[in-house]
Amino acid sequence: MDSRDKELINALHGGVPIEERPYAAIAERLAMTEEEVIGRLQTLLDDRTLTRLGPLYDAARLGGAFTLAAMAVPEDRFEEVAEIVNSFPEIAHNYAREHSLNMWFVVGAERPERIAEVLSQIKDRTGLEVLNMPKEEEYFLELRLTA
Amino acid sequence: MSNAMDIPIETGLDPVDRRIVAATQAGLPLVARPYHAIAEELGLSPADVMHRMQRLLDAGAIRRIGAVPNHYALGWTANGMSVWDVPDEHVAEAGQMVGALEFVSHCYRRPRHLPDWPYNLFAMVHGRDREEVADKLTRIAAVLGNWDCGHDVLFSSKILKKTGLRIAG
Repeated sequence: MDSRDKELINALHGGVPIEERPYAAIAERLAMTEEEVIGRLQTLLDDRTLTRLGPLYDAARLGGAFTLAAMAVPEDRFEEVAEIVNSFPEIAHNYAREHSLNMWFVVGAERPERIAEVLSQIKDRTGLEVLNMPKEEEYFLELRLTA
Repeated sequence: MSNAMDIPIETGLDPVDRRIVAATQAGLPLVARPYHAIAEELGLSPADVMHRMQRLLDAGAIRRIGAVPNHYALGWTANGMSVWDVPDEHVAEAGQMVGALEFVSHCYRRPRHLPDWPYNLFAMVHGRDREEVADKLTRIAAVLGNWDCGHDVLFSSKILKKTGLRIAG
Protein backbone atom coordinates (compact mmCIF):
# COMPACT_ATOMS: atom_id res chain seq x y z
CA MET A 1 0.00 0.00 0.00
CA ASP A 2 1.50 3.34 -1.04
CA SER A 3 0.53 6.92 -0.26
CA ARG A 4 -1.85 7.09 -3.24
CA ASP A 5 -3.63 3.98 -1.95
CA LYS A 6 -4.03 5.68 1.43
CA GLU A 7 -5.45 8.79 -0.23
CA LEU A 8 -7.85 6.57 -2.13
CA ILE A 9 -8.98 4.69 0.98
CA ASN A 10 -9.42 7.95 2.87
CA ALA A 11 -11.46 9.35 -0.03
CA LEU A 12 -13.76 6.33 0.24
CA HIS A 13 -14.76 7.37 3.76
CA GLY A 14 -17.09 9.85 2.12
CA GLY A 15 -18.75 6.91 0.38
CA VAL A 16 -18.90 5.63 -3.16
CA PRO A 17 -21.51 7.81 -4.87
CA ILE A 18 -24.60 6.35 -6.49
CA GLU A 19 -24.18 7.56 -10.04
CA GLU A 20 -23.43 6.07 -13.42
CA ARG A 21 -19.62 6.12 -13.08
CA PRO A 22 -18.85 6.38 -9.33
CA TYR A 23 -15.18 5.43 -9.61
CA ALA A 24 -14.68 8.18 -12.19
CA ALA A 25 -16.18 10.65 -9.70
CA ILE A 26 -13.73 9.50 -7.00
CA ALA A 27 -10.87 9.58 -9.51
CA GLU A 28 -11.63 13.18 -10.38
CA ARG A 29 -11.34 14.26 -6.74
CA LEU A 30 -7.95 12.56 -6.45
CA ALA A 31 -6.59 13.57 -9.85
CA MET A 32 -6.37 9.90 -10.81
CA THR A 33 -7.88 8.15 -13.78
CA GLU A 34 -10.95 5.94 -13.43
CA GLU A 35 -8.82 2.96 -14.52
CA GLU A 36 -6.26 3.69 -11.82
CA VAL A 37 -8.94 3.86 -9.10
CA ILE A 38 -10.44 0.55 -10.19
CA GLY A 39 -7.01 -1.06 -10.55
CA ARG A 40 -5.80 0.08 -7.14
CA LEU A 41 -9.02 -1.02 -5.43
CA GLN A 42 -8.78 -4.43 -7.10
CA THR A 43 -5.20 -4.81 -5.84
CA LEU A 44 -6.17 -3.74 -2.29
CA LEU A 45 -8.96 -6.34 -2.30
CA ASP A 46 -6.72 -9.01 -3.82
CA ASP A 47 -3.98 -8.51 -1.21
CA ARG A 48 -6.61 -8.35 1.58
CA THR A 49 -5.78 -4.81 2.69
CA LEU A 50 -9.51 -4.29 2.19
CA THR A 51 -11.88 -7.09 3.09
CA ARG A 52 -14.78 -5.67 1.17
CA LEU A 53 -15.91 -2.80 -1.00
CA GLY A 54 -19.58 -2.09 -1.36
CA PRO A 55 -22.77 -1.24 0.51
CA LEU A 56 -22.44 -1.63 4.29
CA TYR A 57 -25.85 -2.86 5.33
CA ASP A 58 -27.37 -2.23 8.73
CA ALA A 59 -28.57 -5.77 9.38
CA ALA A 60 -31.07 -4.71 12.03
CA ARG A 61 -32.73 -2.24 9.65
CA LEU A 62 -33.04 -4.90 6.99
CA GLY A 63 -35.25 -6.80 9.41
CA GLY A 64 -34.56 -9.39 12.03
CA ALA A 65 -33.36 -9.14 15.59
CA PHE A 66 -29.90 -9.29 17.14
CA THR A 67 -28.27 -9.49 20.49
CA LEU A 68 -24.90 -9.93 22.15
CA ALA A 69 -24.72 -12.58 24.85
CA ALA A 70 -22.00 -13.60 27.28
CA MET A 71 -21.28 -16.66 29.41
CA ALA A 72 -18.81 -17.57 32.14
CA VAL A 73 -17.69 -21.01 31.02
CA PRO A 74 -15.52 -23.22 33.25
CA GLU A 75 -12.17 -23.76 31.50
CA ASP A 76 -12.55 -27.56 31.40
CA ARG A 77 -15.93 -27.27 29.66
CA PHE A 78 -14.95 -24.59 27.18
CA GLU A 79 -14.77 -26.77 24.03
CA GLU A 80 -17.98 -28.61 24.85
CA VAL A 81 -19.92 -25.40 25.50
CA ALA A 82 -18.50 -23.72 22.37
CA GLU A 83 -19.74 -26.68 20.35
CA ILE A 84 -23.25 -26.38 21.77
CA VAL A 85 -23.39 -22.61 21.24
CA ASN A 86 -21.98 -22.82 17.70
CA SER A 87 -24.43 -25.56 16.74
CA PHE A 88 -27.22 -22.97 16.56
CA PRO A 89 -27.40 -21.47 13.05
CA GLU A 90 -28.52 -18.20 14.69
CA ILE A 91 -25.03 -17.71 16.17
CA ALA A 92 -23.22 -15.41 13.73
CA HIS A 93 -20.01 -14.72 15.68
CA ASN A 94 -18.55 -16.29 18.78
CA TYR A 95 -15.37 -15.03 20.44
CA ALA A 96 -13.34 -16.28 23.35
CA ARG A 97 -12.38 -13.30 25.49
CA GLU A 98 -10.00 -12.99 28.40
CA HIS A 99 -12.36 -12.36 31.30
CA SER A 100 -14.44 -14.42 33.73
CA LEU A 101 -17.17 -13.88 31.13
CA ASN A 102 -15.08 -15.71 28.58
CA MET A 103 -17.49 -16.49 25.76
CA TRP A 104 -19.22 -13.72 23.79
CA PHE A 105 -21.50 -14.35 20.85
CA VAL A 106 -23.89 -12.54 18.53
CA VAL A 107 -27.32 -14.07 17.96
CA GLY A 108 -29.33 -13.06 14.90
CA ALA A 109 -32.79 -14.29 14.01
CA GLU A 110 -35.62 -13.33 11.76
CA ARG A 111 -38.17 -13.26 14.59
CA PRO A 112 -37.32 -11.43 17.83
CA GLU A 113 -38.92 -14.24 19.90
CA ARG A 114 -36.37 -16.65 18.46
CA ILE A 115 -33.54 -14.78 20.24
CA ALA A 116 -35.04 -15.58 23.65
CA GLU A 117 -35.62 -19.19 22.60
CA VAL A 118 -32.01 -19.67 21.51
CA LEU A 119 -30.63 -18.13 24.72
CA SER A 120 -32.96 -20.26 26.81
CA GLN A 121 -32.00 -23.44 24.95
CA ILE A 122 -28.30 -22.66 25.40
CA LYS A 123 -28.92 -22.21 29.11
CA ASP A 124 -30.82 -25.51 29.32
CA ARG A 125 -28.29 -27.50 27.32
CA THR A 126 -25.21 -26.14 29.12
CA GLY A 127 -26.63 -25.55 32.58
CA LEU A 128 -24.87 -22.18 32.53
CA GLU A 129 -26.21 -18.65 32.85
CA VAL A 130 -26.43 -16.65 29.63
CA LEU A 131 -26.29 -12.87 30.01
CA ASN A 132 -28.33 -11.10 27.35
CA MET A 133 -26.82 -7.73 26.37
CA PRO A 134 -28.91 -6.33 23.53
CA LYS A 135 -27.90 -3.02 22.03
CA GLU A 136 -30.01 -0.29 23.63
CA GLU A 137 -28.46 2.58 21.73
CA GLU A 138 -25.71 2.94 19.17
CA TYR A 139 -23.22 5.77 18.91
CA PHE A 140 -21.86 5.13 15.48
CA LEU A 141 -18.87 6.51 13.72
CA GLU A 142 -16.99 4.72 10.99
CA LEU A 143 -13.50 3.49 11.82
CA ARG A 144 -11.14 5.78 9.98
CA LEU A 145 -8.04 4.42 8.37
CA THR A 146 -5.09 6.63 9.00
CA ALA A 147 -2.40 4.00 8.69
CA MET B 1 -27.22 -20.64 1.39
CA SER B 2 -26.39 -21.74 4.90
CA ASN B 3 -27.36 -19.54 7.80
CA ALA B 4 -29.58 -17.56 5.44
CA MET B 5 -32.14 -15.31 7.02
CA ASP B 6 -35.45 -14.81 5.37
CA ILE B 7 -36.38 -11.20 5.78
CA PRO B 8 -40.10 -10.52 6.02
CA ILE B 9 -41.40 -8.07 3.47
CA GLU B 10 -43.17 -5.93 6.06
CA THR B 11 -39.79 -4.66 7.29
CA GLY B 12 -39.74 -2.32 4.32
CA LEU B 13 -37.71 -4.28 1.80
CA ASP B 14 -39.69 -5.45 -1.16
CA PRO B 15 -38.58 -8.54 -3.13
CA VAL B 16 -36.64 -6.43 -5.63
CA ASP B 17 -34.78 -4.64 -2.82
CA ARG B 18 -33.93 -8.03 -1.37
CA ARG B 19 -32.48 -9.19 -4.67
CA ILE B 20 -30.34 -6.06 -4.80
CA VAL B 21 -29.14 -6.63 -1.21
CA ALA B 22 -28.35 -10.26 -1.96
CA ALA B 23 -26.51 -9.33 -5.17
CA THR B 24 -24.33 -6.71 -3.45
CA GLN B 25 -23.55 -8.47 -0.17
CA ALA B 26 -20.25 -9.66 -1.59
CA GLY B 27 -19.49 -6.14 -2.81
CA LEU B 28 -20.04 -3.53 -5.49
CA PRO B 29 -18.70 -4.63 -8.90
CA LEU B 30 -15.32 -3.07 -9.70
CA VAL B 31 -16.22 -1.99 -13.20
CA ALA B 32 -16.74 1.49 -14.64
CA ARG B 33 -20.55 1.26 -14.37
CA PRO B 34 -21.16 -0.95 -11.30
CA TYR B 35 -24.86 -0.11 -10.87
CA HIS B 36 -25.45 -0.94 -14.52
CA ALA B 37 -23.71 -4.29 -13.96
CA ILE B 38 -26.01 -5.08 -11.01
CA ALA B 39 -29.02 -4.03 -13.09
CA GLU B 40 -27.99 -6.28 -15.93
CA GLU B 41 -27.46 -9.23 -13.58
CA LEU B 42 -30.92 -8.78 -12.05
CA GLY B 43 -32.79 -7.80 -15.20
CA LEU B 44 -33.62 -4.33 -13.86
CA SER B 45 -33.04 -0.87 -15.26
CA PRO B 46 -29.94 0.95 -13.98
CA ALA B 47 -32.14 3.87 -12.93
CA ASP B 48 -34.27 1.54 -10.80
CA VAL B 49 -31.19 0.01 -9.12
CA MET B 50 -29.70 3.42 -8.32
CA HIS B 51 -33.03 4.78 -7.12
CA ARG B 52 -33.61 1.80 -4.82
CA MET B 53 -30.08 1.87 -3.43
CA GLN B 54 -30.40 5.60 -2.79
CA ARG B 55 -33.65 4.91 -0.93
CA LEU B 56 -31.97 2.22 1.19
CA LEU B 57 -29.13 4.65 1.90
CA ASP B 58 -31.54 7.43 2.88
CA ALA B 59 -33.45 5.01 5.12
CA GLY B 60 -30.25 3.89 6.85
CA ALA B 61 -30.56 0.29 5.66
CA ILE B 62 -27.29 1.00 3.82
CA ARG B 63 -24.96 2.86 6.20
CA ARG B 64 -22.78 3.92 3.32
CA ILE B 65 -21.14 2.43 0.27
CA GLY B 66 -17.50 2.14 1.15
CA ALA B 67 -14.46 0.07 1.95
CA VAL B 68 -13.96 -2.23 4.93
CA PRO B 69 -10.29 -2.27 5.91
CA ASN B 70 -8.70 -5.46 7.13
CA HIS B 71 -7.42 -4.45 10.55
CA TYR B 72 -5.00 -7.33 10.68
CA ALA B 73 -3.47 -6.55 7.28
CA LEU B 74 -2.96 -2.97 8.42
CA GLY B 75 -1.19 -4.19 11.53
CA TRP B 76 -4.10 -3.44 13.86
CA THR B 77 -3.91 -6.79 15.58
CA ALA B 78 -5.08 -5.83 19.08
CA ASN B 79 -8.84 -5.50 19.26
CA GLY B 80 -10.18 -4.71 22.67
CA MET B 81 -13.79 -4.52 23.75
CA SER B 82 -13.68 -1.79 26.36
CA VAL B 83 -16.59 -1.60 28.78
CA TRP B 84 -17.50 1.32 31.01
CA ASP B 85 -19.77 1.93 33.97
CA VAL B 86 -21.28 5.35 33.31
CA PRO B 87 -24.15 6.92 35.28
CA ASP B 88 -27.39 6.28 33.39
CA GLU B 89 -28.26 9.96 33.25
CA HIS B 90 -25.02 10.71 31.38
CA VAL B 91 -24.64 7.62 29.19
CA ALA B 92 -26.20 9.14 26.05
CA GLU B 93 -23.85 12.11 26.13
CA ALA B 94 -20.91 9.90 27.07
CA GLY B 95 -21.71 7.58 24.17
CA GLN B 96 -21.68 10.47 21.71
CA MET B 97 -18.31 11.64 23.00
CA VAL B 98 -16.69 8.21 23.03
CA GLY B 99 -18.24 7.21 19.70
CA ALA B 100 -16.75 10.34 18.13
CA LEU B 101 -13.17 9.34 19.02
CA GLU B 102 -11.40 8.36 15.82
CA PHE B 103 -10.09 5.06 17.18
CA VAL B 104 -13.48 3.79 18.41
CA SER B 105 -15.15 1.74 15.69
CA HIS B 106 -18.37 0.87 17.50
CA CYS B 107 -19.95 2.29 20.60
CA TYR B 108 -23.09 0.88 22.17
CA ARG B 109 -25.20 1.19 25.26
CA ARG B 110 -26.11 -2.23 26.68
CA PRO B 111 -27.84 -3.34 29.90
CA ARG B 112 -25.94 -3.96 33.12
CA HIS B 113 -26.19 -7.32 34.89
CA LEU B 114 -25.57 -6.45 38.52
CA PRO B 115 -23.70 -7.38 40.58
CA ASP B 116 -21.37 -9.22 38.19
CA TRP B 117 -21.51 -6.89 35.25
CA PRO B 118 -21.78 -3.18 36.09
CA TYR B 119 -20.86 -1.90 32.60
CA ASN B 120 -23.39 -0.13 30.37
CA LEU B 121 -21.23 1.41 27.62
CA PHE B 122 -19.21 -0.69 25.14
CA ALA B 123 -16.53 0.78 22.88
CA MET B 124 -14.49 -1.31 20.45
CA VAL B 125 -10.90 -0.07 20.33
CA HIS B 126 -8.32 -1.13 17.77
CA GLY B 127 -4.58 -0.85 18.10
CA ARG B 128 -1.32 -2.22 16.75
CA ASP B 129 -0.69 -3.87 20.11
CA ARG B 130 -2.24 -4.05 23.55
CA GLU B 131 -0.15 -1.18 24.80
CA GLU B 132 -1.63 1.07 22.14
CA VAL B 133 -5.13 -0.07 23.12
CA ALA B 134 -4.27 0.71 26.75
CA ASP B 135 -3.16 4.23 25.74
CA LYS B 136 -6.47 4.73 23.96
CA LEU B 137 -8.38 3.57 27.04
CA THR B 138 -6.58 6.27 28.97
CA ARG B 139 -7.87 8.78 26.43
CA ILE B 140 -11.43 7.49 26.78
CA ALA B 141 -11.12 7.69 30.56
CA ALA B 142 -9.93 11.30 30.22
CA VAL B 143 -12.94 12.13 28.03
CA LEU B 144 -15.32 10.56 30.55
CA GLY B 145 -13.71 12.17 33.60
CA ASN B 146 -15.69 11.36 36.72
CA TRP B 147 -18.41 9.66 34.67
CA ASP B 148 -15.99 6.72 34.52
CA CYS B 149 -17.21 4.75 37.54
CA GLY B 150 -15.16 1.72 36.51
CA HIS B 151 -13.99 0.10 33.31
CA ASP B 152 -12.39 -3.00 31.90
CA VAL B 153 -11.12 -4.26 28.54
CA LEU B 154 -11.74 -7.71 27.11
CA PHE B 155 -9.31 -8.86 24.42
CA SER B 156 -10.44 -11.60 22.11
CA SER B 157 -8.20 -14.64 22.38
CA LYS B 158 -9.85 -16.81 19.75
CA ILE B 159 -12.54 -16.66 17.10
CA LEU B 160 -14.83 -19.62 17.82
CA LYS B 161 -17.26 -18.94 14.98
CA LYS B 162 -17.57 -16.28 12.32
CA THR B 163 -20.18 -16.96 9.69
CA GLY B 164 -21.67 -13.49 9.60
CA LEU B 165 -25.26 -12.71 8.90
CA ARG B 166 -26.49 -13.46 5.43
CA ILE B 167 -29.69 -12.43 3.77
CA ALA B 168 -31.45 -14.74 1.40
CA GLY B 169 -32.03 -13.32 -2.08
